[in-house]
Amino acid sequence: MPQSPSSRHLPLARLAIIAVVVGLVAVAFVYTAGWLSPHRLTPAKLVATLAPPGGPALGHRRNHAKGICFTGTFDANGNGSALSRAQVFVPGQYPVVGRFNLATADPNAADAMVRVRGLGIRITPPNGQEWRSAMIDAPIFPVSTPQGFYELQTAAGSKDPEAMKKFIASHPEFLTFLGWAKGAPWTSSYAEERYNSLNSFLFIDGSGTKRITRWSLIPAAQPVSITPNELAKRGPDFLEQEITQRVAAGPQRWSLVVTVANPGDPTADPNKAWPADRRSVEVGTLTVRQIEPEADGPCRDINYDPTVLPAGITTSDDPFPAARSAAYSRSYNSRTAEASSYPRTPTGAKQ
Amino acid sequence: MTTSRTRFTAPQRLLHWLMAICILSMLFIGVGMVSTITPRYLTLVQIHKPLGIAILVLALIRLALRIYYGAPSLPADLPEPMKLAAYLSQYILYALMISMPLIGWGMLSAASYPVVLFGGVHLPSILPVSASLHTLLWHAHYCMAFAFFAVILLHVAAILFHKLVRRDGVFETMAPALTRDHSE
Ligand code: HEM
Ligand code: HEM
Ligand code: HEM
Repeated sequence: MPQSPSSRHLPLARLAIIAVVVGLVAVAFVYTAGWLSPHRLTPAKLVATLAPPGGPALGHRRNHAKGICFTGTFDANGNGSALSRAQVFVPGQYPVVGRFNLATADPNAADAMVRVRGLGIRITPPNGQEWRSAMIDAPIFPVSTPQGFYELQTAAGSKDPEAMKKFIASHPEFLTFLGWAKGAPWTSSYAEERYNSLNSFLFIDGSGTKRITRWSLIPAAQPVSITPNELAKRGPDFLEQEITQRVAAGPQRWSLVVTVANPGDPTADPNKAWPADRRSVEVGTLTVRQIEPEADGPCRDINYDPTVLPAGITTSDDPFPAARSAAYSRSYNSRTAEASSYPRTPTGAKQ
Repeated sequence: MTTSRTRFTAPQRLLHWLMAICILSMLFIGVGMVSTITPRYLTLVQIHKPLGIAILVLALIRLALRIYYGAPSLPADLPEPMKLAAYLSQYILYALMISMPLIGWGMLSAASYPVVLFGGVHLPSILPVSASLHTLLWHAHYCMAFAFFAVILLHVAAILFHKLVRRDGVFETMAPALTRDHSE
């Protein structure tokens, strides 16, 4: 292969072509990564708005930071197989690792200061097709879209006294949530709460039929209401002490109920409840058998990412699970990298 | 590892171009997915994992072919530093093609995520659950992804330099399988 004579002196035009090709690919890459679009709502931005003014609590979840682990079982009764072919619905008993938690970014928040309570759950059937879910006791979500959630957090953290007013003006759906937050009774136990998926998902049955559903864990324990003031008097960590003693005295149960949407129901908006008469199927029982502190407990390094679903369940037109998955992963990456700030001792070196 | 052939064998060329498309896509999918919260996030993640594992399998086949068939020798008049750069970049590219997917897989294992490929197909976990291992691999996956992209840009610049400036036939050794095997 003879060398062409023109290669003796550098042909600038050709070098320029090389530079342009390489440069264009690099710019496309940087654009895809979002570095040229400061307005793109990235998982990093969404998670950053959750942080309290003093910055996030290192080593802890960026939201629902206060919590306690539990282990137990899920007994499927077989009814769920009419809705989904997932193995978790085949009659049998499957191990569960979960977490009771409070919707706050502060792991040391006093129980009576936090309105929303949550539960994270991971059910592992023998085929390894896990079902993870993170649910809350509110019957609806504060906002209709992930963007709305970002705006809510931004307004709540803003120094502008008008920020919340402006937010509500553009998100009137928040008022329905406020109505619940102000009016609904409080309880003095994680065991007395009902936990709701709020987000909708698609169930696929053995014949391939798809149905849009939401689900709830309904407590066997009778809720006893208490005022936030009375709860505050019992101490800042009463809920964790109470659930530890309660489960030590006897396992606590919830029944898992799956609700099927009718055509036309608001499946993409967790701020809108579905009418009460929708078909609902009780698919099994969650039994919480043991409580363990979070710091060295089995739920600590689990991300209750709501998109970890078995074959037979998948995401629907609800945009939240995708946004949550992206945000939870970000939170998980940060907190596991900061593990040294949250020692794995039974108390987590809590001050 | 050189041969008297003037071109890479057809299976090597096919794999090179197929994988070039896959790997460039993976890099774009990777940085695209971690910067969005829209439902596209899930779609991209669902492509990233199986495509990454496919790259691992193809890279191992490609390595075996490379060891078996070797590579055409570089032009004799290529300056020594450029030869060194050519060899080094090949080692680095192979190392990245094999380690990136393994690190991705290990990172998910260490974080106790199921490694789902398609629908019901799961890969086993290859590492124990560990926050420190996860952190190490997550940082490695991130840094090596950018290194990978940089090395590919250099590789492309170098190949274009061979093709457009030196015109020494190096590009032709890997030219897409459809072009005829002719010597100039
Ligand atoms: C776009 C909206 C949302 C954002 C940005 C968000 C953000 C977060 C973050 C960052 C965490 C910590 C994750 C971790 O480090 O493992 C978390 C946990 C949690 N979230 Fe959300 N969340 C959103 C929507 C929701 C919704 C709709 C629900 C309930 C229906 C919910 C319930 C929970 C629960 C129960 C936990 C605690 C899970 C656990 O125990 O690990 N979140 N959220
Ligand atoms: C996305 C990424 C790419 C990767 C990972 C990659 C990787 C490699 C590797 C490992 C080799 C050594 C030969 C082998 O054993 O297969 C090689 C050779 C080659 N590549 Fe690429 N390549 C990529 C993209 C490209 C592109 C876009 C071009 C065209 C501009 C190109 C042109 C060539 C040529 C002409 C050779 C043969 C010369 C040599 O042996 O260095 N490659 N590539
Ligand atoms: C050739 C193979 C691969 C390439 C080139 C690649 C490239 C990338 C890139 C560029 C990112 C974005 C990094 C960032 O900006 O944060 C990324 C992230 C990621 N990759 Fe890969 N990847 C590969 C294989 C895999 C495999 C096989 C898996 C898993 C089975 C995987 C799992 C992930 C995950 C989970 C993330 C998100 C990390 C995070 O949470 O920030 N990757 N990858």
